[in-house]
Amino acid sequence: MKIKKGIPLIDQHDKNGFYGGKFGGNYVAETLKKPIEDLEKLFKKSRNDKNFLKERDNLYENYVGRPTRFIKLQNLSNHLGGAQIYAKMVSDANGGAHKIYNAITHAMLCKRAKKKYICTDTGAGYNGKMFSMVAKKFSLGCKVFMGIRDIERQKPNCDAIRRNGAEIIPVTSGSKTLVDAVSECIRYWVSNCDKVHMGIGSLVGPNIFVKICGWSTAQISRELKVQLEEEFGEIPSKLKLINCVGGGSSAYGFWSEFIDYNKNQVELIGVEAGGPKNSKLHAAPLSKNSKIGVLHGAAAYCIQDSDGQINKTESISSGLDYPSVSPIHCFLKDTGRAKYTYATDEEALDAFKLVTELEDISPSLEPAHAFAIAKKISPKLNSSDVIIINSCGDSLKDKDIIKKRLGNYSR
Amino acid sequence: MKSQISSVFNECKKENRPALLTYTVAGDNSKKKSLEILKSISGYADILEIGFPHNAPTADGPQIQNSSYRALKKGIKLKDVFQIVKEYKKNKNAKPCILMGYYQMVYRYGEKKFIRKCKQAGVNGLIIVDLPWPENKAFARSCKKNSITFIQLLSPTTSKERMKKIIASSHDMIYYISMLSTTGGKLKVSPRKILENYNKIKKINKSKNLVIGFGITNKTIGALKKSDGLVVGSLLCKEIEKSLKKRQNPVIKLNKMVKELRKKIS
Ligand SMILES: Cc1ncc(COP(=O)(O)O)c(C=O)c1O
Repeated sequence: MKIKKGIPLIDQHDKNGFYGGKFGGNYVAETLKKPIEDLEKLFKKSRNDKNFLKERDNLYENYVGRPTRFIKLQNLSNHLGGAQIYAKMVSDANGGAHKIYNAITHAMLCKRAKKKYICTDTGAGYNGKMFSMVAKKFSLGCKVFMGIRDIERQKPNCDAIRRNGAEIIPVTSGSKTLVDAVSECIRYWVSNCDKVHMGIGSLVGPNIFVKICGWSTAQISRELKVQLEEEFGEIPSKLKLINCVGGGSSAYGFWSEFIDYNKNQVELIGVEAGGPKNSKLHAAPLSKNSKIGVLHGAAAYCIQDSDGQINKTESISSGLDYPSVSPIHCFLKDTGRAKYTYATDEEALDAFKLVTELEDISPSLEPAHAFAIAKKISPKLNSSDVIIINSCGDSLKDKDIIKKRLGNYSR
Repeated sequence: MKSQISSVFNECKKENRPALLTYTVAGDNSKKKSLEILKSISGYADILEIGFPHNAPTADGPQIQNSSYRALKKGIKLKDVFQIVKEYKKNKNAKPCILMGYYQMVYRYGEKKFIRKCKQAGVNGLIIVDLPWPENKAFARSCKKNSITFIQLLSPTTSKERMKKIIASSHDMIYYISMLSTTGGKLKVSPRKILENYNKIKKINKSKNLVIGFGITNKTIGALKKSDGLVVGSLLCKEIEKSLKKRQNPVIKLNKMVKELRKKIS
C-alpha cells in the first residue's frame, strides 16, 4: 500500500472506489447506483469546468471569506514552552466551521443537476447549518437529518438551521446521534433520489461523497500553504499539523497540500474522540485499533462488535461522535503517513479552558481535542518546532455543554 | 440439478399463480417465536425470506428497522440465524429459505465462512442489499459453487444496458424493486406501471424467475399477480409489532395474514 505523489489523495482509488485496495468502495442499494453514477459524471465535468471554478472561487472570496486567519498563539506557546504554536482559524469562515466548503460544492452540483431539493446529515449541527445557508442562497428546499440526542445538545446550530428555512428531521432510531442521522439521510435519498440531491457532511460515504468533500475542504490547506510562506518564507522544517478527526473532512482539508512532503518535515496528527475518561465508550476507531467494517457505503475502520453490529460511541463533541471514519484516513494510517491519537472529553475541556483563558479565540469542543494534544506534546518540543492546530469550529454551539461542565461560558 | 427455488416457481406456474414470498426477521421477537412464525406461515408461503438483522440498515423503512431492533434487543447473533434456518429445515415440508441482509454482517463474519454456514443450515438463496453488481460478482460466483442462489436486484433506476448485464450474470431468481423507496414505503407507483416495467425485464430473459417486492400489501397484491413471484415483508413485520402491542400471539396473526395473501393471488 503506497501513496502516489503529485495526485490528490482523493483521486488515488481504483475503479471500484477503493483506496489501498481495501478502504472505501460503493456498498449501496441498486437504486442508488444510477444517481451515484450521475453524480460522479457531473462532478468530474464540473471540477474541470472553468465557469464552475470561477463561481466557486467567487463564493469563497465573497461569501465564505478568504483566507481564514493564520495566527500565532503567543501566550499559549509561552505558557506551554517548547514549540511555536499557531492556529488556522477556519472558524472564521461564514457559518463558523469548515463544513461550508463542502456545502457550497453540493449546492452548486445540485443546481447543475437541476434539482430543487437538497438533503444532508448533521451531528454537531454545523454541516446542517451550512447546508441550510447555501440552500437559502441557492433557493433550494433543504432537509437536515439529525439525531434527537444532538438536537438537544447543539441547540444554537439547530436554531440557525431553522432560521434559514430548512427543516430538521429528528432521527429517533439507534443511538440517536450522527450515525443514525446518516443512515436516515441515505434512506431518504433512496426514496427520493429522482428529485433530491444528497450531500454527506464529512469525508465518508460512497466514494463520490468522499471525493466531493475532500475536493472542497482542500481550500484550507491551499490557504495555509500561502500563509506559511508569508510567515516563514518557506515550509518550516519541523512542522506538525494537528487536527481533530470525526469523519475526517477538516483533517483532510488541512493536510491535503502537505501529504507529499516527507513525514519528518510535515507530520500529520489526527485526534479522535476518546470519550469520557472513565468509560469504555469512545469514538476513536483509528487510534483504538477497531477492525474494518462496512458502514454507510464504505469499508473503513469501524467500532463494532464481533458479530458486525455497529457499537455505541460516546463523546462530548457531537461532531466527532461517529463509529467509523473516512477511508482516506484509514489509507493514511496504514501507509504510516499520518498518525492518529485521541483525547478524552476531560482533556478536551481542559484544553478549551486553557486556550480561552490565554488567547482571544474560542474553539468548539471538536478542535479542543486537537488543542489537547498540542498541550500534551508542545512542552517536549523546542522553538524550532512549529505546531499548527486547525481551529475548525466556533464554541458558541457548545455553550450549554461548556457551562454545565466548566461552570461558566463567556464569549 | 434444478434448485429448490426453481422447482417452487415451476410448481406455482403450473398452478397459474405467482409464488408468494414472505419476509420476516430472524429473532423477532425471539428465536423461538420467529421459528414458530416460519413454521406456521410456510403452509401458505412458497419461499421464506429471512432477514438477518443489522443495526445500521440503510435501505429499510421503519417496520423492518423495528423488527430488526426487536431481534437485536434479544441478543440475536448470526449463529442464531443459522440455527433458526437449520431447525426450520428439519420439517419435511420445509420451503426454500433465502437469507437477506447487509454486507457488513457477511464481511465481518467472512464471506467463505458465511457461505459455508449457509450451506450447512440449508439456506437456498441470499440477498445482500448493499452489494450490487458488479461488486458482487466474486461473491455470487462462490454462492453458485455452493448451490446457493445469489439474487440480483433491479430497480426502476437501473438502465437497460445495466439490466442486461446484471441479468446475464444472475442465477435462477431476480428481484425487482417496485419503486424508489426503502422497504415498507407506500406503493407510489401504480401496479399497472410496475407490471409494465416487469414485462420489459422479462423480455430480456424469459427464463429467469422475476419477483416483485417493496410496498406490496394485502390491498395491492392482487393487482400484481401476473408475475412470477411477489414479496411481502413490512406488512408482516408491522403485524408482529401490532400483535405484540396488543399482547396477542403474532404466530396466529401472521398465519392468518399469509393465508389471506395467498388467497388473493390464487
Ligand atoms: C467544528 C467541527 N469540527 C470537526 C468536525 C468533525 O468532522 P470532520 O472530521 O469531518 O471534520 C465537525 C463535525 O460536525 C465539526 O462541526
